[in-house]
Amino acid sequence: MATTKKTFLLKGMHCASCVRVTERALKKVPGVTEAVVNLATEKATVSYNTDSCTPQQLADSIAKTGYTLELEEKSDTTQATEKKQELQILKNKVMVSLGLGSLILWGSFPGLIKISPPILHNSWILLLLATPVQFWAGLDFYRATIPALKHRTANMDTLVALGTTVAYFYSAFVTIFPQVVMRIGLDPMPYFDVATIVIGLILLGRYFEAKAKLGTSDAIKKLLGLQAKTARVIRNGKDIDIPINQVEVGDIIRVRPGEKIPVDGIILDGESSIDESMITGESMPVDKVQGDTVVGATMNKSGTFTYKAIKVGSATMLAQIIQLVQEAQGSKAPIQRIADLISSYFVPVVIMLAIVTFAVWYIFGVHQAFVFALLNTVAVLIIACPCAMGLATPTAIMVGTGKGAEHGILIKDAESLEIANKINTVVFDKTGTLTNGKPEVTDIIATGKLRKEGILQLAASLEKGSEHSLADAIVKEAEKRKMKLGSVVKFHAVAGHGIEGVVEEKQLYFGNRKLLERERISITAFNTQIAQLEHEGKTVMMLAQEGKLVGLIAVADTVKESAKNAVQKLQNMGIEVAMITGDNHRTADAIARKIGITRVLAEVLPDQKEAEVRKIQKEGKKVAMIGDGINDAPALAAADVGIAMGTGTDVAIEAADITLINKDLHSVADAVILSKRTMRTIKTNLVWAFGYNIVLIPVAMGVLYPFFHVLLNPIFASAAMAMSSISVVSNSLLLKKVKL
Amino acid sequence: MDKIIVAIASISGILFVYWFFLMKKEEDAVVVNTSSIDITVEGGYFPNVISIPKGKKTTLNFIRKDPSSCLEEVVLGDFRIRKNLPLNKKVAVVVTPEKTGEFDYACGMNMFHGKIIVT
Repeated sequence: MATTKKTFLLKGMHCASCVRVTERALKKVPGVTEAVVNLATEKATVSYNTDSCTPQQLADSIAKTGYTLELEEKSDTTQATEKKQELQILKNKVMVSLGLGSLILWGSFPGLIKISPPILHNSWILLLLATPVQFWAGLDFYRATIPALKHRTANMDTLVALGTTVAYFYSAFVTIFPQVVMRIGLDPMPYFDVATIVIGLILLGRYFEAKAKLGTSDAIKKLLGLQAKTARVIRNGKDIDIPINQVEVGDIIRVRPGEKIPVDGIILDGESSIDESMITGESMPVDKVQGDTVVGATMNKSGTFTYKAIKVGSATMLAQIIQLVQEAQGSKAPIQRIADLISSYFVPVVIMLAIVTFAVWYIFGVHQAFVFALLNTVAVLIIACPCAMGLATPTAIMVGTGKGAEHGILIKDAESLEIANKINTVVFDKTGTLTNGKPEVTDIIATGKLRKEGILQLAASLEKGSEHSLADAIVKEAEKRKMKLGSVVKFHAVAGHGIEGVVEEKQLYFGNRKLLERERISITAFNTQIAQLEHEGKTVMMLAQEGKLVGLIAVADTVKESAKNAVQKLQNMGIEVAMITGDNHRTADAIARKIGITRVLAEVLPDQKEAEVRKIQKEGKKVAMIGDGINDAPALAAADVGIAMGTGTDVAIEAADITLINKDLHSVADAVILSKRTMRTIKTNLVWAFGYNIVLIPVAMGVLYPFFHVLLNPIFASAAMAMSSISVVSNSLLLKKVKL
Repeated sequence: MDKIIVAIASISGILFVYWFFLMKKEEDAVVVNTSSIDITVEGGYFPNVISIPKGKKTTLNFIRKDPSSCLEEVVLGDFRIRKNLPLNKKVAVVVTPEKTGEFDYACGMNMFHGKIIVT
């Protein structure tokens, strides 16, 4: 009995009695074990047995009570619509504030005043034009500042609100009481242009920044867009199209040529060629037959087949990938710590600097000291941009991890991405990573009375219970020769050595040199033959019967086509490449030579791989380990960056920092390139964001005035500030152009 | 005379800003005994400090009432969670802390902070 728990959107509820009615309706459906309805979130969480109840039945039962149970997930589209509406409102505010601000500027800016209509010279008209900008367009600054101040915190909105409020109220005072201002020796000139244009430009910056930020999550949107909308399920002998979220484990689904495969499953009938590039990045279509697994969201190219759904909803590979990418984008890179530390002090420090600016200008200024003090204070408040510092790292991480996902490189978190940048040694596990991991029998040599067929038959009989990849090669060879295999008793696998057992009442040992040495069985007479085979890169397995060596079986694994180039690519980047294997030195060296690897760690037992990785780390190297098997998991976890091949086991992927679902060895170098480029972008962003504030805040304070008579008008300060956030986000978006 | 007044007022202002923003005492942690807690996002996160037991699955319901674009994302870096917070909508974030300690979280621009204490 399979039970599941799902949450649905429930619409039409108004009160607590609605909750009772809907809960009762859900509990009435056979198979429902629990139903909880939440009025505030408009959601129903239902636990039900998938064998006897379907989401559609739940929806039907709710419909009878007059409410609606939404089976389709709408949250993403709703969110997108809301974001669009927010952007539209922002755009309107930008247009109004810049429009009115331009009129005010035309009527009050020294160079423009002569060519402006006289009505714009009237301060009361300017006050009228500035007020909606200050309190309608700029309302969000106040709405963010007031609660923040209540809780003794401050952010960029606080600075903008403070700066523009000072400019607006001073100007309003000048307009209403010009005589008072004149009496203290000041020119009664309002600065409504400062308040309005600053608000307009900062809102314009926010608008562009929000638009650019949408681009940073493109990868997730693309992945979400891959999902099929419907599935053709065979129910009661009929094909019916149902929404994807109603597909359940065990459903039989039919897929025709050119259609998207809806969920993960196993082919029951038929065969086809499937394009998996959208998930794995693998460009060649893969041929699939009965018994093969298919992945949801991939494209069926040629044949028609039926398959059984084994993973649906959040359990599918696509959903897991999306979750992994989302988690990576939510993680924090260690490099961000410095920005975190500074930003927590930033705004209060800027306010203090603004006060210092006012005091220094007022006390030491000579002509119109108050006006200079006021304008420079506003400029300091406006130019400071904590947002750029806050955006510098996360936007780059979002684009970088998204870019990786598009190419089949799944990065677990920002920290892994940061460390991958420092990798200088890459250790490849041999079997299944550099090689195809599907070895074949190449030689059978009789060393005693037993004939070749007999050797193979005994070896295969012993190995049929083993899970070792070499065992598979021997059993397959025996099957190919249609041999009848004997039964084994007292079977025992000796890790890293081989196996032992009793076949046809005779004690057999089958494994490598170490196994025979352990059993004190001499192999010296055949050392030359063994050495020759090993020199050719073959793994030699020895069969001993009743204490004597009776035969040798050589097995060779084939090197992956991409291995040599991938290794070369890493070496060209100045990265040392090593290979780790349980094979003996000769076999390992022969394979390493073929691939171009010079550092070989051979005869390493599975439980020693981790120690070997640590040894290299002790040499001061930053190590990436690439593997795919369960026995690689400790080494992957021990390495600075563990990289699992997508073909590998779940355990290996769990232990890895980066997973290559595209199964392409070139992606190891690509992951390092992506990491280097992302880190470069983060560093550029941080230098820019810090540099901007470090250079321009003093300029706004007027430090250049004594030397060059240069002051920063608050209007230019706001333009610079708006540009600074946009440039950081845009720089991060450039990562999309990295060629992998 | 006016210059002396401005100087004194400025020094007082600086001291006030320092005291007001930087000498703020951390709020007492709100102990979460139930499986969920509502966190209001308005000029920060409130309650600002919450305490949850290790290994307990807890839902943090963020409700953003503040229009500031600073607060439109919440990032719980230690839990690898980044969520958009639409205005006036409840957004559930589920955490199951696996180790004890203090874990800060912040808005997308890292200006506002909250804390989860895992005991």
